Amino acid sequence: MSESAGRKLGVVARLGSALLGLFRYIGGMGWLLADTVRLAARGLFVPGVKIGRPALAAQMIRVGVRSLGIVMLVHLFIGIILALQMAPVLRDFEMVDRVATIVAIAQVRELGPLITAIVLSGFAGAAIAAELGTMVVGEEIEALRAQALDPVRFLVVPRVLATVVMTVCLTVLADLVGMFGAYLTGAGALGISTSVFYHTSVDALTVRSFLTGLTKAGMFGLLISVIACFEGLRVGGGAEGVGRATTRTVVYSIFSLILADCVFTILFYAYDL
Amino acid sequence: MPEEIAISVEELVKSFDGHVVLDGVNLQVRRGETMVVMGGSGCGKSTLLRHMIGSIFPDSGRVVLLGEDLNELDGAGLDRLRLRFGILFQSGALFNSMTVGENVALPLVEHTELDPATIEIMVKMKLEAVGLREHADKMPAQISGGMKKRAGLARALALDPEILFYDEPSAGLDPVTSAEIDQLIMDLSGKLGVTSVVVTHEMDSAFRIASRMAMLDRGRVVAVGTPAEFRDSADPMVKQFINGLAEGPITARRQESNYEEDILGVSPRHGR
Repeated sequence: MSESAGRKLGVVARLGSALLGLFRYIGGMGWLLADTVRLAARGLFVPGVKIGRPALAAQMIRVGVRSLGIVMLVHLFIGIILALQMAPVLRDFEMVDRVATIVAIAQVRELGPLITAIVLSGFAGAAIAAELGTMVVGEEIEALRAQALDPVRFLVVPRVLATVVMTVCLTVLADLVGMFGAYLTGAGALGISTSVFYHTSVDALTVRSFLTGLTKAGMFGLLISVIACFEGLRVGGGAEGVGRATTRTVVYSIFSLILADCVFTILFYAYDL
Repeated sequence: MPEEIAISVEELVKSFDGHVVLDGVNLQVRRGETMVVMGGSGCGKSTLLRHMIGSIFPDSGRVVLLGEDLNELDGAGLDRLRLRFGILFQSGALFNSMTVGENVALPLVEHTELDPATIEIMVKMKLEAVGLREHADKMPAQISGGMKKRAGLARALALDPEILFYDEPSAGLDPVTSAEIDQLIMDLSGKLGVTSVVVTHEMDSAFRIASRMAMLDRGRVVAVGTPAEFRDSADPMVKQFINGLAEGPITARRQESNYEEDILGVSPRHGR
Protein backbone atom coordinates (compact mmCIF):
# COMPACT_ATOMS: atom_id res chain seq x y z
CA MET A 1 0.00 0.00 0.00
CA SER A 2 1.35 3.42 -0.89
CA GLU A 3 2.05 5.88 1.86
CA SER A 4 -0.69 8.32 0.85
CA ALA A 5 -3.27 5.54 0.66
CA GLY A 6 -2.19 4.46 4.13
CA ARG A 7 -2.57 7.99 5.40
CA LYS A 8 -6.02 8.26 3.83
CA LEU A 9 -7.05 5.05 5.48
CA GLY A 10 -5.74 6.48 8.75
CA VAL A 11 -7.98 9.51 8.37
CA VAL A 12 -10.99 7.35 7.55
CA ALA A 13 -10.25 5.07 10.47
CA ARG A 14 -9.91 7.99 12.84
CA LEU A 15 -13.10 9.57 11.55
CA GLY A 16 -14.85 6.22 11.92
CA SER A 17 -13.64 5.71 15.45
CA ALA A 18 -14.63 9.26 16.39
CA LEU A 19 -18.09 8.68 14.95
CA LEU A 20 -18.31 5.35 16.74
CA GLY A 21 -17.30 7.08 19.97
CA LEU A 22 -20.01 9.67 19.45
CA PHE A 23 -22.66 7.02 18.85
CA ARG A 24 -21.47 5.09 21.88
CA TYR A 25 -21.65 8.25 23.96
CA ILE A 26 -25.15 9.14 22.82
CA GLY A 27 -26.21 5.51 23.15
CA GLY A 28 -24.89 5.33 26.70
CA MET A 29 -26.73 8.50 27.59
CA GLY A 30 -29.88 7.15 25.94
CA TRP A 31 -29.69 4.04 28.12
CA LEU A 32 -29.25 6.15 31.22
CA LEU A 33 -32.22 8.29 30.20
CA ALA A 34 -34.40 5.25 29.53
CA ASP A 35 -33.40 3.73 32.85
CA THR A 36 -34.09 6.98 34.65
CA VAL A 37 -37.51 7.42 33.07
CA ARG A 38 -38.46 3.81 33.82
CA LEU A 39 -37.37 4.02 37.45
CA ALA A 40 -38.84 7.48 37.97
CA ALA A 41 -42.18 6.35 36.55
CA ARG A 42 -42.15 3.28 38.76
CA GLY A 43 -41.27 5.36 41.80
CA LEU A 44 -43.98 7.90 41.08
CA PHE A 45 -46.83 5.68 39.99
CA VAL A 46 -46.37 2.22 41.45
CA PRO A 47 -47.51 2.17 45.07
CA GLY A 48 -45.10 0.64 47.53
CA VAL A 49 -41.99 1.34 45.48
CA LYS A 50 -39.70 3.53 47.51
CA ILE A 51 -38.56 6.76 45.96
CA GLY A 52 -36.23 8.87 48.02
CA ARG A 53 -38.52 11.77 48.81
CA PRO A 54 -36.02 13.37 51.19
CA ALA A 55 -33.35 12.98 48.50
CA LEU A 56 -35.66 14.57 45.94
CA ALA A 57 -36.40 17.50 48.25
CA ALA A 58 -32.71 17.98 49.01
CA GLN A 59 -31.89 18.03 45.29
CA MET A 60 -34.70 20.48 44.53
CA ILE A 61 -33.37 22.85 47.13
CA ARG A 62 -29.88 22.45 45.83
CA VAL A 63 -30.75 22.92 42.15
CA GLY A 64 -33.62 25.36 42.41
CA VAL A 65 -33.52 27.31 45.62
CA ARG A 66 -29.80 27.91 45.92
CA SER A 67 -29.58 29.13 42.32
CA LEU A 68 -32.60 31.42 42.68
CA GLY A 69 -30.63 34.59 43.40
CA ILE A 70 -28.19 34.27 40.55
CA VAL A 71 -30.83 33.24 37.99
CA MET A 72 -33.05 36.18 38.93
CA LEU A 73 -30.20 38.65 38.87
CA VAL A 74 -29.09 37.46 35.43
CA HIS A 75 -32.62 37.83 34.05
CA LEU A 76 -33.06 41.28 35.56
CA PHE A 77 -29.98 42.39 33.65
CA ILE A 78 -31.08 40.61 30.48
CA GLY A 79 -34.38 42.49 30.62
CA ILE A 80 -32.60 45.80 31.09
CA ILE A 81 -30.12 45.09 28.29
CA LEU A 82 -32.76 43.92 25.85
CA ALA A 83 -34.94 46.99 26.46
CA LEU A 84 -32.00 49.34 26.02
CA GLN A 85 -30.83 47.58 22.84
CA MET A 86 -34.23 47.68 21.20
CA ALA A 87 -35.15 51.22 22.22
CA PRO A 88 -33.16 53.21 19.59
CA VAL A 89 -34.42 51.02 16.72
CA LEU A 90 -38.01 51.26 17.88
CA ARG A 91 -37.73 54.99 18.51
CA ASP A 92 -36.98 55.44 14.78
CA PHE A 93 -40.39 53.91 14.12
CA GLU A 94 -41.90 55.87 17.01
CA MET A 95 -42.85 52.63 18.66
CA VAL A 96 -40.79 52.74 21.82
CA ASP A 97 -43.61 51.23 23.87
CA ARG A 98 -43.23 48.08 21.76
CA VAL A 99 -40.13 47.36 23.85
CA ALA A 100 -42.57 45.65 26.17
CA THR A 101 -43.84 43.41 23.36
CA ILE A 102 -40.39 42.38 22.25
CA VAL A 103 -39.07 41.70 25.72
CA ALA A 104 -42.18 39.78 26.73
CA ILE A 105 -42.00 37.46 23.73
CA ALA A 106 -38.24 37.11 23.73
CA GLN A 107 -38.17 36.42 27.43
CA VAL A 108 -41.05 33.97 27.62
CA ARG A 109 -40.40 32.04 24.43
CA GLU A 110 -36.65 32.13 24.29
CA LEU A 111 -34.44 33.80 26.84
CA GLY A 112 -36.26 32.74 29.99
CA PRO A 113 -35.75 29.02 29.40
CA LEU A 114 -32.41 29.25 27.62
CA ILE A 115 -30.55 31.59 29.97
CA THR A 116 -31.97 29.81 33.01
CA ALA A 117 -30.76 26.50 31.62
CA ILE A 118 -27.33 27.89 30.80
CA VAL A 119 -26.92 29.27 34.31
CA LEU A 120 -28.11 25.95 35.72
CA SER A 121 -25.70 23.95 33.59
CA GLY A 122 -22.90 25.78 35.36
CA PHE A 123 -24.61 25.90 38.71
CA ALA A 124 -26.26 22.50 39.01
CA GLY A 125 -24.87 20.44 36.13
CA ALA A 126 -21.25 20.96 37.08
CA ALA A 127 -22.01 20.31 40.75
CA ILE A 128 -23.88 17.09 39.98
CA ALA A 129 -21.09 15.81 37.72
CA ALA A 130 -18.43 16.66 40.30
CA GLU A 131 -20.43 15.06 43.09
CA LEU A 132 -21.14 11.82 41.27
CA GLY A 133 -17.59 11.72 39.91
CA THR A 134 -16.19 12.04 43.39
CA MET A 135 -18.49 9.24 44.49
CA VAL A 136 -17.10 7.02 41.72
CA VAL A 137 -13.54 7.80 42.76
CA GLY A 138 -14.36 7.17 46.43
CA GLU A 139 -15.81 3.73 45.58
CA GLU A 140 -19.20 4.96 46.77
CA ILE A 141 -20.97 3.97 43.56
CA GLU A 142 -19.46 0.51 43.73
CA ALA A 143 -20.50 0.33 47.38
CA LEU A 144 -24.07 1.20 46.40
CA ARG A 145 -24.14 -1.53 43.76
CA ALA A 146 -22.58 -3.97 46.20
CA GLN A 147 -25.45 -3.26 48.58
CA ALA A 148 -27.93 -4.03 45.82
CA LEU A 149 -28.84 -0.37 45.52
CA ASP A 150 -29.16 0.89 41.97
CA PRO A 151 -27.19 4.13 41.58
CA VAL A 152 -29.62 5.23 38.87
CA ARG A 153 -32.62 4.88 41.16
CA PHE A 154 -30.78 6.14 44.17
CA LEU A 155 -28.80 9.06 42.73
CA VAL A 156 -29.81 9.82 39.15
CA VAL A 157 -33.60 9.78 39.46
CA PRO A 158 -33.84 12.41 42.23
CA ARG A 159 -31.31 14.64 40.49
CA VAL A 160 -33.01 14.47 37.11
CA LEU A 161 -36.50 14.97 38.52
CA ALA A 162 -35.36 17.86 40.67
CA THR A 163 -33.54 19.55 37.80
CA VAL A 164 -36.47 19.21 35.38
CA VAL A 165 -39.01 20.55 37.87
CA MET A 166 -36.79 23.34 39.09
CA THR A 167 -35.77 24.50 35.62
CA VAL A 168 -39.45 24.93 34.80
CA CYS A 169 -40.18 26.73 38.09
CA LEU A 170 -37.18 29.00 37.77
CA THR A 171 -38.12 29.81 34.19
CA VAL A 172 -41.56 31.05 35.28
CA LEU A 173 -39.93 33.41 37.76
CA ALA A 174 -37.19 34.31 35.31
CA ASP A 175 -39.79 35.37 32.70
CA LEU A 176 -41.37 37.75 35.19
CA VAL A 177 -38.08 39.15 36.44
CA GLY A 178 -36.84 39.71 32.87
CA MET A 179 -39.97 41.65 32.04
CA PHE A 180 -39.59 43.58 35.27
CA GLY A 181 -36.06 44.53 34.23
CA ALA A 182 -37.40 45.82 30.92
CA TYR A 183 -40.11 47.69 32.81
CA LEU A 184 -37.47 49.40 34.97
CA THR A 185 -35.72 50.56 31.83
CA GLY A 186 -38.95 51.50 30.12
CA ALA A 187 -40.26 53.50 33.04
CA GLY A 188 -36.93 54.94 34.07
CA ALA A 189 -35.18 55.76 30.80
CA LEU A 190 -37.63 55.43 27.93
CA GLY A 191 -40.61 57.23 29.34
CA ILE A 192 -43.09 54.39 28.98
CA SER A 193 -45.84 54.56 31.58
CA THR A 194 -46.54 51.65 33.86
CA SER A 195 -50.01 51.04 32.52
CA VAL A 196 -48.92 51.14 28.86
CA PHE A 197 -46.03 48.79 29.62
CA TYR A 198 -48.31 46.40 31.49
CA HIS A 199 -51.02 46.29 28.84
CA THR A 200 -48.58 46.03 25.95
CA SER A 201 -46.87 43.09 27.68
CA VAL A 202 -50.10 41.31 28.47
CA ASP A 203 -51.37 41.78 24.91
CA ALA A 204 -48.18 40.30 23.54
CA LEU A 205 -48.29 37.20 25.70
CA THR A 206 -50.29 34.12 24.88
CA VAL A 207 -50.70 30.94 26.84
CA ARG A 208 -49.14 29.22 23.87
CA SER A 209 -45.96 31.27 24.23
CA PHE A 210 -45.76 30.38 27.88
CA LEU A 211 -46.28 26.69 27.18
CA THR A 212 -43.70 26.49 24.41
CA GLY A 213 -41.22 28.25 26.70
CA LEU A 214 -41.91 25.94 29.61
CA THR A 215 -41.78 22.84 27.41
CA LYS A 216 -38.33 23.92 26.36
CA ALA A 217 -37.39 24.60 29.96
CA GLY A 218 -38.39 21.07 30.97
CA MET A 219 -36.42 19.53 28.11
CA PHE A 220 -33.42 21.71 28.95
CA GLY A 221 -33.54 20.57 32.57
CA LEU A 222 -33.63 16.97 31.37
CA LEU A 223 -30.64 17.52 29.08
CA ILE A 224 -28.52 19.21 31.74
CA SER A 225 -29.19 16.64 34.41
CA VAL A 226 -28.80 13.57 32.21
CA ILE A 227 -25.53 14.86 30.75
CA ALA A 228 -24.27 15.73 34.25
CA CYS A 229 -25.21 12.34 35.71
CA PHE A 230 -23.81 10.47 32.72
CA GLU A 231 -20.53 12.36 32.86
CA GLY A 232 -20.31 11.98 36.63
CA LEU A 233 -20.94 8.24 36.62
CA ARG A 234 -18.43 7.49 33.87
CA VAL A 235 -15.55 9.24 35.62
CA GLY A 236 -12.31 7.31 35.59
CA GLY A 237 -8.83 8.26 36.67
CA GLY A 238 -9.15 9.99 40.01
CA ALA A 239 -9.48 13.67 40.79
CA GLU A 240 -8.30 14.67 37.35
CA GLY A 241 -11.17 12.71 35.83
CA VAL A 242 -13.64 14.57 38.03
CA GLY A 243 -12.32 17.89 36.74
CA ARG A 244 -12.59 16.72 33.14
CA ALA A 245 -16.13 15.46 33.67
CA THR A 246 -17.17 18.79 35.16
CA THR A 247 -15.78 20.77 32.28
CA ARG A 248 -17.29 18.42 29.72
CA THR A 249 -20.66 18.64 31.44
CA VAL A 250 -20.78 22.41 31.09
CA VAL A 251 -19.50 22.45 27.52
CA TYR A 252 -21.70 19.60 26.26
CA SER A 253 -24.70 20.97 28.15
CA ILE A 254 -24.46 24.42 26.61
CA PHE A 255 -23.91 22.96 23.16
CA SER A 256 -26.85 20.59 23.41
CA LEU A 257 -29.05 23.28 24.93
CA ILE A 258 -28.50 25.54 21.95
CA LEU A 259 -28.94 22.63 19.55
CA ALA A 260 -32.16 21.51 21.23
CA ASP A 261 -33.37 25.10 21.32
CA CYS A 262 -32.80 25.39 17.59
CA VAL A 263 -34.68 22.15 16.91
CA PHE A 264 -37.59 23.17 19.13
CA THR A 265 -37.80 26.62 17.64
CA ILE A 266 -37.88 25.17 14.12
CA LEU A 267 -40.62 22.76 15.17
CA PHE A 268 -42.65 25.44 16.92
CA TYR A 269 -42.26 27.69 13.89
CA ALA A 270 -43.20 24.98 11.45
CA TYR A 271 -46.30 24.03 13.42
CA ASP A 272 -47.14 27.65 14.10
CA LEU A 273 -46.97 27.25 17.89
CA MET B 1 -16.95 -35.55 53.46
CA PRO B 2 -15.33 -32.34 52.24
CA GLU B 3 -15.99 -29.09 54.05
CA GLU B 4 -18.64 -26.91 52.53
CA ILE B 5 -17.37 -24.49 49.90
CA ALA B 6 -18.63 -20.92 50.18
CA ILE B 7 -16.85 -19.50 47.17
CA SER B 8 -15.43 -21.35 44.24
CA VAL B 9 -13.38 -19.54 41.62
CA GLU B 10 -12.84 -21.69 38.54
CA GLU B 11 -10.42 -21.01 35.68
CA LEU B 12 -11.05 -17.28 35.81
CA VAL B 13 -9.59 -15.31 32.91
CA LYS B 14 -9.89 -11.58 32.49
CA SER B 15 -8.03 -9.08 30.38
CA PHE B 16 -8.32 -5.32 30.07
CA ASP B 17 -7.35 -3.74 26.75
CA GLY B 18 -5.30 -6.79 25.78
CA HIS B 19 -3.50 -7.01 29.12
CA VAL B 20 -4.18 -10.31 30.80
CA VAL B 21 -4.85 -9.57 34.46
CA LEU B 22 -6.28 -12.91 35.56
CA ASP B 23 -4.87 -15.91 33.75
CA GLY B 24 -6.82 -18.95 34.88
CA VAL B 25 -7.34 -18.41 38.61
CA ASN B 26 -8.63 -21.29 40.72
CA LEU B 27 -9.45 -20.79 44.36
CA GLN B 28 -11.85 -22.33 46.83
CA VAL B 29 -12.93 -20.67 50.05
CA ARG B 30 -14.47 -22.90 52.69
CA ARG B 31 -17.38 -21.82 54.80
CA GLY B 32 -16.31 -20.08 58.02
CA GLU B 33 -12.66 -19.69 57.15
CA THR B 34 -10.68 -16.51 56.65
CA MET B 35 -8.95 -16.67 53.29
CA VAL B 36 -6.24 -14.09 52.73
CA VAL B 37 -5.37 -13.34 49.12
CA MET B 38 -1.92 -11.80 48.83
CA GLY B 39 0.26 -10.62 46.03
CA GLY B 40 2.26 -7.66 44.87
CA SER B 41 0.72 -4.52 43.47
CA GLY B 42 -0.87 -5.25 40.14
CA CYS B 43 -0.93 -9.03 40.51
CA GLY B 44 -4.68 -9.05 39.94
CA LYS B 45 -5.90 -9.52 43.50
CA SER B 46 -8.27 -6.55 43.44
CA THR B 47 -9.58 -7.71 40.08
CA LEU B 48 -10.16 -11.15 41.56
CA LEU B 49 -12.08 -9.59 44.45
CA ARG B 50 -14.23 -7.59 42.04
CA HIS B 51 -15.12 -10.79 40.23
CA MET B 52 -16.07 -12.48 43.47
CA ILE B 53 -18.50 -9.70 44.37
CA GLY B 54 -20.07 -9.62 40.91
CA SER B 55 -18.76 -6.17 40.15
CA ILE B 56 -17.08 -7.27 36.95
CA PHE B 57 -17.45 -10.44 34.91
CA PRO B 58 -14.79 -12.75 33.50
CA ASP B 59 -13.85 -13.36 29.87
CA SER B 60 -14.01 -17.04 30.70
CA GLY B 61 -14.29 -19.19 33.78
CA ARG B 62 -16.75 -18.65 36.60
CA VAL B 63 -17.30 -17.71 40.21
CA VAL B 64 -19.75 -19.79 42.27
CA LEU B 65 -20.81 -17.88 45.36
CA LEU B 66 -22.99 -19.59 47.97
CA GLY B 67 -23.95 -22.16 45.37
CA GLU B 68 -24.89 -19.67 42.65
CA ASP B 69 -22.98 -19.17 39.42
CA LEU B 70 -22.54 -15.40 39.11
CA ASN B 71 -22.38 -15.61 35.30
CA GLU B 72 -25.86 -17.08 35.16
CA LEU B 73 -27.60 -14.63 37.45
CA ASP B 74 -29.57 -11.71 36.07
CA GLY B 75 -29.55 -8.27 37.71
CA ALA B 76 -32.29 -9.12 40.19
CA GLY B 77 -30.70 -12.46 41.09
CA LEU B 78 -27.37 -10.78 41.64
CA ASP B 79 -29.00 -8.16 43.84
CA ARG B 80 -30.64 -10.90 45.91
CA LEU B 81 -27.26 -12.57 46.36
CA ARG B 82 -25.62 -9.24 47.22
CA LEU B 83 -27.77 -9.02 50.33
CA ARG B 84 -26.00 -12.12 51.62
CA PHE B 85 -22.50 -10.72 51.57
CA GLY B 86 -20.84 -7.53 52.75
CA ILE B 87 -17.80 -5.66 51.50
CA LEU B 88 -15.37 -3.39 53.26
CA PHE B 89 -13.92 -1.16 50.56
CA GLN B 90 -10.39 0.11 50.68
CA SER B 91 -11.40 3.67 51.53
CA GLY B 92 -14.41 2.59 53.57
CA ALA B 93 -16.57 4.05 50.76
CA LEU B 94 -18.95 5.71 53.18
CA PHE B 95 -21.58 7.93 51.58
CA ASN B 96 -20.23 11.35 52.38
CA SER B 97 -23.60 13.05 52.34
CA MET B 98 -24.87 10.91 55.23
CA THR B 99 -23.88 10.56 58.87
CA VAL B 100 -22.12 7.44 60.05
CA GLY B 101 -25.37 6.17 61.55
CA GLU B 102 -27.33 6.83 58.36
CA ASN B 103 -24.68 4.98 56.38
CA VAL B 104 -25.15 1.90 58.51
CA ALA B 105 -28.93 2.29 58.45
CA LEU B 106 -29.12 2.58 54.66
CA PRO B 107 -29.15 -1.14 53.79
CA LEU B 108 -31.71 -1.74 56.53
CA VAL B 109 -33.94 1.10 55.38
CA GLU B 110 -33.73 0.05 51.74
CA HIS B 111 -33.91 -3.71 52.02
CA THR B 112 -36.04 -4.45 55.05
CA GLU B 113 -39.49 -3.50 56.25
CA LEU B 114 -38.27 -2.77 59.77
CA ASP B 115 -39.67 0.26 61.56
CA PRO B 116 -37.33 3.19 62.26
CA ALA B 117 -37.05 2.44 65.99
CA THR B 118 -35.84 -1.10 65.32
CA ILE B 119 -33.43 0.12 62.71
CA GLU B 120 -32.02 2.62 65.17
CA ILE B 121 -31.37 -0.13 67.70
CA MET B 122 -29.74 -2.33 65.06
CA VAL B 123 -27.54 0.53 63.89
CA LYS B 124 -26.40 1.09 67.47
CA MET B 125 -25.60 -2.60 67.83
CA LYS B 126 -23.59 -2.67 64.62
CA LEU B 127 -21.71 0.46 65.56
CA GLU B 128 -21.05 -0.90 69.03
CA ALA B 129 -19.57 -4.03 67.45
CA VAL B 130 -16.94 -1.86 65.75
CA GLY B 131 -16.56 0.57 68.66
CA LEU B 132 -18.17 3.58 67.03
CA ARG B 133 -21.50 3.89 68.84
CA GLU B 134 -20.81 7.38 70.15
CA HIS B 135 -19.85 8.62 66.66
CA ALA B 136 -23.15 7.79 64.95
CA ASP B 137 -24.05 11.43 64.32
CA LYS B 138 -20.74 12.46 62.81
CA MET B 139 -20.23 12.98 59.09
CA PRO B 140 -17.61 10.80 57.36
CA ALA B 141 -15.44 13.87 56.75
CA GLN B 142 -15.16 14.40 60.50
CA ILE B 143 -13.70 11.01 61.38
CA SER B 144 -10.28 9.43 60.84
CA GLY B 145 -9.34 6.88 58.20
CA GLY B 146 -9.41 4.02 60.68
CA MET B 147 -12.82 5.05 61.94
CA LYS B 148 -14.10 5.27 58.36
CA LYS B 149 -13.03 1.68 57.79
CA ARG B 150 -14.72 0.57 60.98
CA ALA B 151 -17.88 2.42 59.97
CA GLY B 152 -17.66 0.77 56.54
CA LEU B 153 -17.41 -2.55 58.31
CA ALA B 154 -20.47 -1.77 60.44
CA ARG B 155 -22.37 -0.99 57.24
CA ALA B 156 -21.16 -4.22 55.63
CA LEU B 157 -22.46 -6.05 58.71
CA ALA B 158 -25.87 -4.39 58.64
CA LEU B 159 -27.72 -7.23 56.94
CA ASP B 160 -25.87 -10.01 58.83
CA PRO B 161 -23.93 -11.28 55.82
CA GLU B 162 -22.69 -14.83 55.38
CA ILE B 163 -19.52 -13.68 53.65
CA LEU B 164 -17.43 -10.57 54.24
CA PHE B 165 -14.96 -9.27 51.68
CA TYR B 166 -12.19 -6.94 52.76
CA ASP B 167 -10.24 -4.91 50.21
CA GLU B 168 -6.87 -3.97 51.73
CA PRO B 169 -8.28 -3.46 55.23
CA SER B 170 -5.04 -2.16 56.71
CA ALA B 171 -3.89 0.01 53.80
CA GLY B 172 -3.04 3.51 54.93
CA LEU B 173 -3.54 2.82 58.64
CA ASP B 174 -1.05 3.09 61.47
CA PRO B 175 0.11 -0.22 63.00
CA VAL B 176 -2.12 0.03 66.06
CA THR B 177 -5.28 0.89 64.13
CA SER B 178 -4.39 -1.79 61.64
CA ALA B 179 -4.07 -4.33 64.46
CA GLU B 180 -7.46 -3.22 65.77
CA ILE B 181 -9.07 -3.85 62.39
CA ASP B 182 -7.38 -7.27 62.28
CA GLN B 183 -8.81 -8.02 65.70
CA LEU B 184 -12.28 -7.04 64.46
CA ILE B 185 -11.93 -9.33 61.45
CA MET B 186 -10.93 -12.21 63.72
CA ASP B 187 -13.75 -11.50 66.16
CA LEU B 188 -16.32 -11.45 63.40
CA SER B 189 -15.22 -14.74 61.96
CA GLY B 190 -14.81 -16.27 65.41
CA LYS B 191 -18.05 -15.07 67.00
CA LEU B 192 -20.38 -14.93 64.02
CA GLY B 193 -18.84 -17.69 61.91
CA VAL B 194 -18.68 -15.35 58.92
CA THR B 195 -16.65 -16.51 55.94
CA SER B 196 -14.04 -13.87 55.16
CA VAL B 197 -11.98 -13.08 52.11
CA VAL B 198 -9.24 -10.55 52.75
CA VAL B 199 -7.16 -9.03 49.99
CA THR B 200 -3.96 -7.55 51.35
CA HIS B 201 -0.24 -7.23 50.91
CA GLU B 202 0.47 -6.48 54.58
CA MET B 203 2.23 -9.61 55.75
CA ASP B 204 1.88 -9.04 59.51
CA SER B 205 -1.82 -8.61 59.15
CA ALA B 206 -2.13 -11.55 56.75
CA PHE B 207 -0.42 -13.99 59.11
CA ARG B 208 -2.46 -12.74 62.05
CA ILE B 209 -5.88 -13.26 60.57
CA ALA B 210 -5.60 -16.01 57.98
CA SER B 211 -6.87 -19.51 58.42
CA ARG B 212 -5.63 -20.15 54.90
CA MET B 213 -3.85 -17.95 52.44
CA ALA B 214 -3.36 -17.79 48.68
CA MET B 215 -0.64 -16.03 46.80
CA LEU B 216 -1.39 -14.49 43.45
CA ASP B 217 1.26 -13.67 40.91
CA ARG B 218 0.86 -12.50 37.33
CA GLY B 219 -2.80 -13.44 37.31
CA ARG B 220 -2.34 -16.95 38.67
CA VAL B 221 -2.58 -18.55 42.08
CA VAL B 222 0.94 -19.76 42.77
CA ALA B 223 0.43 -21.10 46.29
CA VAL B 224 -2.41 -21.96 48.66
CA GLY B 225 -2.04 -23.13 52.22
CA THR B 226 -2.14 -22.40 55.92
CA PRO B 227 0.04 -19.64 57.36
CA ALA B 228 2.36 -22.32 58.77
CA GLU B 229 2.72 -23.92 55.36
CA PHE B 230 3.53 -20.56 53.87
CA ARG B 231 6.16 -19.87 56.52
CA ASP B 232 7.84 -23.19 55.80
CA SER B 233 7.49 -22.92 52.05
CA ALA B 234 10.55 -23.67 49.96
CA ASP B 235 9.15 -21.80 46.95
CA PRO B 236 11.59 -18.93 46.35
CA MET B 237 8.81 -16.68 45.10
CA VAL B 238 6.72 -17.20 48.24
CA LYS B 239 9.82 -16.76 50.38
CA GLN B 240 10.69 -13.50 48.74
CA PHE B 241 7.17 -12.16 49.05
CA ILE B 242 6.39 -13.05 52.66
CA ASN B 243 9.77 -11.87 53.83
CA GLY B 244 9.68 -8.72 51.74
CA LEU B 245 13.09 -9.24 50.14
CA ALA B 246 14.40 -6.94 47.47
CA GLU B 247 16.13 -9.80 45.66
CA GLY B 248 14.47 -12.95 44.39
CA PRO B 249 12.54 -14.38 41.46
CA ILE B 250 9.88 -11.64 41.45
CA THR B 251 12.26 -8.73 41.07
CA ALA B 252 14.69 -10.66 38.86
CA ARG B 253 11.91 -11.38 36.39
CA ARG B 254 10.80 -7.79 36.41
CA GLN B 255 14.28 -6.54 35.59
CA GLU B 256 14.84 -9.05 32.81
CA SER B 257 11.52 -8.74 31.07
CA ASN B 258 11.41 -4.96 31.26
CA TYR B 259 14.79 -4.68 29.65
CA GLU B 260 13.86 -6.95 26.77
CA GLU B 261 10.57 -5.23 26.22
CA ASP B 262 12.21 -1.88 26.31
CA ILE B 263 14.83 -2.85 23.75
CA LEU B 264 12.63 -4.88 21.43
CA GLY B 265 9.46 -2.83 21.85
CA VAL B 266 7.40 -5.88 22.78
CA SER B 267 4.31 -4.95 24.75
CA PRO B 268 4.06 -6.78 28.05
CA ARG B 269 1.65 -9.70 28.11
CA HIS B 270 0.85 -9.15 31.74
CA GLY B 271 -0.32 -5.70 32.54
CA ARG B 272 -1.15 -4.00 35.82
